[in-house]
Amino acid sequence: MSSQSLVEIRDVNFAYDKRPILKGINMSFPKGKLIAIMGGSGCGKTTLFRLIGGALKPTRGEVKIAGQVIHDLDQQGLYEMRRRMGVLFQFGALFTDMSVFDNVAFQMREHTDLPEEVIHDLVMMKLHAVGLRGTHDLMPAELSGGMARRVALARTIALDPMLIMYDEPFAGLDPISLTVVGQLIRRLNDALGATSIVVTHDVQESLKIVDYIYFVSDGAIIAEGTADDIRASGETFVHQFVYGEIDGPIPFHYPAGNFNNDLGVRA
Amino acid sequence: MPIARSLRGIGSRVVNGVWRIGYATRFFLMILRYSGPSFRRFHLTVKEMFSSGVMSLIIILVAGMFVGMVLGLQGYETLKRYGSESALGSLVALSLVRELGPVLAALLFASRAGSAMTAEIGLMKATEQIAAMEMMAVNPIARVIAPRFWAGVISMPLLASLFSAMGVFGGYVVGVVLIGVDEGSFWSQMQDSVDFNHDILNGLIKSLVFGVAVTVIALFEGYDAPPTAEGVSGATTRTVVESSLAILILDFILTAFMFRGD
Repeated sequence: MSSQSLVEIRDVNFAYDKRPILKGINMSFPKGKLIAIMGGSGCGKTTLFRLIGGALKPTRGEVKIAGQVIHDLDQQGLYEMRRRMGVLFQFGALFTDMSVFDNVAFQMREHTDLPEEVIHDLVMMKLHAVGLRGTHDLMPAELSGGMARRVALARTIALDPMLIMYDEPFAGLDPISLTVVGQLIRRLNDALGATSIVVTHDVQESLKIVDYIYFVSDGAIIAEGTADDIRASGETFVHQFVYGEIDGPIPFHYPAGNFNNDLGVRA
Repeated sequence: MPIARSLRGIGSRVVNGVWRIGYATRFFLMILRYSGPSFRRFHLTVKEMFSSGVMSLIIILVAGMFVGMVLGLQGYETLKRYGSESALGSLVALSLVRELGPVLAALLFASRAGSAMTAEIGLMKATEQIAAMEMMAVNPIARVIAPRFWAGVISMPLLASLFSAMGVFGGYVVGVVLIGVDEGSFWSQMQDSVDFNHDILNGLIKSLVFGVAVTVIALFEGYDAPPTAEGVSGATTRTVVESSLAILILDFILTAFMFRGD
C-alpha cells in the first residue's frame, strides 16, 4: 500500500512552544482513496492538516507528498506542490470582493495562460459539476452557507488537483446541504481520480462516504479502519464519539475545584 | 512589588514595540520585493486605486474646499490689518501647497482609505481568504498587499494636489467673489510667490512619503490583526492613530529639511 501512497506521514511529532500536539503519528493515504481524519476539538487534526499542506514543519518525522518531503521544499517548490493540491476551508474562504465566476477562475488566471474563452468554459463546467452554474454572476455574500461551500468546492477542483484536502467540510450545514456536499466530495474524488483527505468531527456523514478513517485523540492515533471497523470499535473514546454519548472518557464536566467551595457552602 | 511589576510592564511594552517595528520593516521590504505583479498586471493596482483613491475623492474635495474658504476668511482678516489683502492668493496657495494640502489630505486618507484597508485585510485573514490564497500557491503579499500599497502611494499625491486645488478655489470664492479682493492681484501674487520646485514639488514629495507611511501602517495592521472581531476593530483604530502621528512627525522632519532658513 505504501508504494502507491500519495501522502505518507512517518513518525510525526509536533509541538507549539513546548506543548506537544502530535505524538508519533504514522499515516498513509493511498492514491484514489477518500480518507478521514477524525477526532474531537483540539485533538490535533487541524495541525495535521496544516502539516500536510506545508504550512507547518514537524518537530520530528516527515510528511511526504508524491515522494517529496513537503517541509524540506523551498517556497518555489512548495508553491509548485500546492498547485497540484486543492484545499477546501471550513467556511469556504471565498474571496468576498470577487464574483462566483472570478473565484472559480482565480487559480486558472493566476497559474495558466489559458485564453479567457477557455477559462469561461472550464469555470462553467466546474460550477455545473457542483450544480451551481446559475450562480456564476452572484457575489459570495448572496449565497447560502451550503451554496458557498459548493462554490468553494468548484474552486478547489479548478485545476484538477491530485490531492484534495477538506477542513471540516460539513460544519454548519443543513441536512440537505450536508448530504449534497458529502456526495459531491465522494463523486469528485472518483471522477478526478484524486486522493482526498477530510478532516472532520462529523461522524455520521463521514462514515457514509469515506474509504478509511484515522481516529486521533490527544495527538495520537487511537483507532483506524473502515467505517464498519470504526462503528464496531471497542475503544471507549471512539465508541463515545461515534454514538455521541454524553459521558465517557471525555467527561461532561470540565475539571474544576470543589463545588461546595465555589458556592461558598460549608460541608 | 508594584514598582517591579510596572517596570516589567514597561519593559515588555518596549520589547513588543521593537518587535512590531521589526516585523513592519520586514513586511515593507517584502512588499517591495514582491511588487512586480503590481506593475506587470497594472489592472490590479488600478482596481485598488479606485477603492482607495477615487472613493476618497468626495471627502478630499469637500474638505479642501472648506479649508480653503476658512483660509480665505482668516487670511483676509489678518492681512487687512497690514493693508496686504492682495497677498491673500499667496497666503492661501502657500499654506495649502506646502502644508495643509499634503497633511490634511493624508489625515483624511488615513481615516477613510487606511482604516478600510486594515479592516478589509484583517477580515480576509479572519475568514481564511489569505490562507486560502497561500494554499493555492498564490503569494498574498504579491497579489493582495503590494497592489494596495502602490495604489495608496500613487493616489496620495494626486489626492493632495486635488485637495490643494480645491482649497485655492475655496479661497478664491471667499476672498474674491464674496469679500471682493481684486481678482488680478489674487492670482498674480499667487503666481509670483509659488515656486514649482520649492513649493509644489516639495509638497508632492511630502504627500508621497505620507502615502508610503499610511499604506504600510494600514496594510501591516490588517495583516497582523488577530483573526477576531475585536482584533480587527483594534487594528483599525491603531491604523488611524499611528498613521496620524506618523504623518505629523514626518511632516515636521520633512519641513525642517525642505524649508529651513526660508
